[in-house]
Amino acid sequence: MSLVSRLIMFLTLLVALLASIMPLPLSVDAFRPDWVLVVLFYWCLALPSRVNVITAWVMGFILDVLLGSTLGLHAGAMAISVYIVAGNFQKIRNFSVWQQALIIGVLSALYHLIVFWLQRFLTDVVFLPSYLYPVFTTIILWPWAFLLLRKIRRNFRIT
Amino acid sequence: MNPIFKHGPSPVHRLVLVLLCSAALIFFDHKMNSFEPVRGFLQSLVSPLQYLATAPKQMMNWAADNIITRRQLLADNQQYKINELVFHEQALQLDIVQRENNRLRALLASPLRGDAKKMVAEILSVDSDPYTHQVVINRGANDGVYEGQAVIDDEGIVGQILHVGTTSSRVLLITDITHAVPVRISRNGLRLIATGGGVIDRLTHNYVPHSSDIRTGDVLVTSGLGSKFPEGYPVAKVTGVIQDESRAFSQIKSQPVAKIDRLRYVLLLWPEQNNLQGLNESKTLPAEKADIK
Repeated sequence: MSLVSRLIMFLTLLVALLASIMPLPLSVDAFRPDWVLVVLFYWCLALPSRVNVITAWVMGFILDVLLGSTLGLHAGAMAISVYIVAGNFQKIRNFSVWQQALIIGVLSALYHLIVFWLQRFLTDVVFLPSYLYPVFTTIILWPWAFLLLRKIRRNFRIT
Repeated sequence: MNPIFKHGPSPVHRLVLVLLCSAALIFFDHKMNSFEPVRGFLQSLVSPLQYLATAPKQMMNWAADNIITRRQLLADNQQYKINELVFHEQALQLDIVQRENNRLRALLASPLRGDAKKMVAEILSVDSDPYTHQVVINRGANDGVYEGQAVIDDEGIVGQILHVGTTSSRVLLITDITHAVPVRISRNGLRLIATGGGVIDRLTHNYVPHSSDIRTGDVLVTSGLGSKFPEGYPVAKVTGVIQDESRAFSQIKSQPVAKIDRLRYVLLLWPEQNNLQGLNESKTLPAEKADIK
């Protein structure tokens, strides 16, 4: 894997991180899709030997620092979600984009629930349905992110 | 060239490894609080990302500031002039009252109150994490910001500094579920604790007896107990008092007076110089009320 490919992959993950901390109006903020999870999902499907559980954990850790949550919280949730993809990438690859979108919806819901459970375990947060709004936006985001990232991957011949 | 056979440890091993790391991190960070120095370092490390993420918003603000009509500027200017006149008059009054107060305090042999040092900070980003209420500001250890420092806006108390980086730091808002402020009612001096509930426009007050004199509309100000927040800044306004005799305590709800969801600039406060001695002493006391739970 060449240096340029590594750089491009790194850049896509960086953009995902930026998008997940970009300031948004309060009303739209609850609907912010899981950018990092979507990008990790794509790279894990495309190149499971490059992007795996450890990469996901590191990205989750950076997210923890950026969001100011307890360290290791988003990292663990992200690692579990990506582990499921890493174990089934050959099946998921053969699905249509919309089926993949549903799968990432389930993964995103799992991710948010794990984060909620851990938070519930640490502090007395109460569950609000708005915590799961990002699942819907993530499902809608997936086809577009998939097409864009595939174009990037083919354009730069990242294998 | 894709490898046909995978190298390295299997996903299960990797998962177990990182989950152990996560569990250890959560334990040491949450239960032991042993990551405070590392947190400051990490905060400085990611602050370029935060500056980068907030750049589009800054650009929009810049554009909005620059694309403004001359008439609007003139009207604003006029308004500011009138405001300045009014405030200047009030400052004159305040000066006289303050001198009188100092004289009276000197007569009573109470410590004098000096001017606190202040600094304006701008909000860099607001967290998208729904479980915590925190914002990031553009001042850090280079500007002398320290952990536990009081942060206010033009209306009242906003929160306190949680982690300090080199050029940015993180503010825990008073509405966060782990935050509590010692307050008193400005009308009668009754002491309460304002606990955040994780909702942006509500604070709750636990363990308030039914007999206490609280009415809807009462203004709550900081009591200065716990020596984190200076005394006398507005915190919240009581919005609901439910005195249900079947419960042990009355249920009090209040709304923060600071515009927590519309912050753009905040003020950082430094404790008054002549109170520093007292502050250092009170740190050794076990009961620090404004502490993070």
